[in-house]
Amino acid sequence: MKLKLAAIALASAFTVSAQAQTEIQWWHSMTAVNGEVVNDLAKNFNASQNKYKIVPTFKGTYDESFTAAVAAHRAGNAPHILQVFEVGTATMMASKGVTVPVGKIMKDAGEKFDPKAYVSAVAGYYTAPSGEMLSFPFNSSTTVFYFNKDAFKAAGIDTAKAPGTWPEVALAAAKLKASGHKCPISIAWQGWTQLESFSAWHNVEFATKGNGMQGMDARMKVNSPLHVRHIENLANMAKQGLFVYKGRANVPEASFISGECAMMTTSTGFYGNVAKNAKFSWGLAPLPHYPDVPGAPQNTVIGGASLWVMAGKKADEYKGIAQFFSYLSEPNVQAATHQRTGYLPITMAAYELTEKSGFYGKNPGTDVGVTQMIRKTTDKSRGIRLGNYVQIRTIEDEELEQVWAGKKSAQEALDSIVKRGNELLERFEKANKKS
Amino acid sequence: MEKRVVFRSPWLPWVLMAPQLTVIAVFFFWPAAQALLQSLQQSDAFGGSVEWVGLENFRNLWNDPGYLASFYTTALFSSLVAVLGIGLSLLLAVFADRIVKGTLVYTTLLIWPYAVAPAVAGVLWLFMFAPSVGVLSYALRSLGVDWNHLLNGTHAMTLVVMAAVWKQISYNFLFFLAGLQSIPKSLIEAAAIDGARPWRRFWTIVFPLLSPTTFFLLVINMVYAFFDTFAIVDAATQGGPGKETSILVYKVYYDGFKAMDQGSSAAQSVVLMVIVVALTVVQFRFVEKKVNY
Repeated sequence: MKLKLAAIALASAFTVSAQAQTEIQWWHSMTAVNGEVVNDLAKNFNASQNKYKIVPTFKGTYDESFTAAVAAHRAGNAPHILQVFEVGTATMMASKGVTVPVGKIMKDAGEKFDPKAYVSAVAGYYTAPSGEMLSFPFNSSTTVFYFNKDAFKAAGIDTAKAPGTWPEVALAAAKLKASGHKCPISIAWQGWTQLESFSAWHNVEFATKGNGMQGMDARMKVNSPLHVRHIENLANMAKQGLFVYKGRANVPEASFISGECAMMTTSTGFYGNVAKNAKFSWGLAPLPHYPDVPGAPQNTVIGGASLWVMAGKKADEYKGIAQFFSYLSEPNVQAATHQRTGYLPITMAAYELTEKSGFYGKNPGTDVGVTQMIRKTTDKSRGIRLGNYVQIRTIEDEELEQVWAGKKSAQEALDSIVKRGNELLERFEKANKKS
Repeated sequence: MEKRVVFRSPWLPWVLMAPQLTVIAVFFFWPAAQALLQSLQQSDAFGGSVEWVGLENFRNLWNDPGYLASFYTTALFSSLVAVLGIGLSLLLAVFADRIVKGTLVYTTLLIWPYAVAPAVAGVLWLFMFAPSVGVLSYALRSLGVDWNHLLNGTHAMTLVVMAAVWKQISYNFLFFLAGLQSIPKSLIEAAAIDGARPWRRFWTIVFPLLSPTTFFLLVINMVYAFFDTFAIVDAATQGGPGKETSILVYKVYYDGFKAMDQGSSAAQSVVLMVIVVALTVVQFRFVEKKVNY
């Protein structure tokens, strides 16, 4: 093993000196299948030309690689490209002089670059109010609904059409419980799916200022009557044993795979795992909504991560990065990535190419996330971009848990999310307003 | 007259102490000073704009009811960990001390958990108590206890306390065993001849003679519960449900390394430092008086 590593190091040393390639460091957080895709993308790009060499490095989970990049930046040796999760977007945008906008890099390098070619709900999230694209959308996911068809059949529920509204979900859950099912529905990423995406899906504000997209003085709005109604509804389901709480983040996903929970709202990124590991027939459907809310369903919000270009590098290196981003945007490269990972296609051309190839027909459900996102967005649904977002997510978890435990009413918990969230938003605004 | 060895040279003692002093300076005083400095600043994640804000980080903490509630959580957690950890290991040490055969096997097994990293300990206990798949939660259910630390705060606290105690028992055990073995057998035998039963022998002879060890362990366990347990909390409950297991040190870790709010995190670690210094002073001034060396 050591010998092999030494040989590789030696070989790479020779190739570099022979061709004088410019190396571009790329830090990412992709594991399993998605990690292989990252390495393949770098390998294929490196093979397509001989001036630049993309070197992908796995740096741990999203927050680990982010912490590592902060430390590296302070020490003056940040990578060229850094993959940052969506909740870190506002922090990256507010950190002046740390990154270089992707739009500027493409223009300086003279690459053909049309921001309109990108799916607007995806690219819009990473675009400044001025219209300049700041980071390159790489892996984007959204919130969808999974259901266990075998469990539905056992409970005597029609599996041809998934429950599309929350009243239908409650009804299906009641039938599942009556048939002896212990966990009719559970929810992963509760804040993201039940508050954030829920807001956009019903075209109501999650926060003011276009959910923070238009300025740092945004404030939380999640205690609206519709939000209270939904959380109250879920709390009632929890009391009756229809909704069973299974933990924070994506921890609950395991209970869907094992067959313990029959329905689940979570990320499109869960697709690969279900396809590979579920031992039952299952379906993928759009996120449920309330049919009496005007304008619903609108569109769901984005998750996943984007690629940020760090400042202070050489002009030639930026040229290589621009070329690499052009390569990633090519329809066939993009379509292949989308089909392998389950992440959303970032350009319309890639979506159309995938559709023409018959991929969606052969893999039913894979287009659910895409069709939820490829819609004309409104100011209330374009996305949610708040400062101190990581902490706000935790506040959502903490307060919702108290509702599921019956310690707080929906109104109390949501009021508390607004109050605690606003304190963090005020602090973020204050810490960043000078720049 | 007292016999003392005195260094003739004025600088030799300093040279001999230099390695130790350097280690303390680099790994303790320097970071502590850094924390003090950062607690007075507010900066963005990348440290681009650093602003002096005086005591604002501390004021924000004082105005946060969640942070104040965390003091109560921490007090409860630390006392449970210290009392249970010390009590259980003393019990085990007393038993291990009486065993004639296979002492080595018992002691080795009891020392093992100390080698386990805190995060691993957290995950281990989490698995055993996972509400739907855990072995122990299954057993509890058959006893009529609906174990669910995801929503039940008492269950969650029990879980992290058990993991933290389990991890520390080995350390305490080692010290107690050494302490027990250094008690002269003649004392105990004399008491036995005088007709004292084991229970009475323990309380009147063994326990008082162990008091220096117990006192030392009390300080060490308090420091352990205050500082070294964030990995257990992070792995097992992430401070939940709600904030019911969010002890002070966990919030320091979370705000500093996950949320990138270094000003607040530094302020919290300063608060923590003050508390532990104060606790240690109290222990040395009041508890130590009851210790017989």
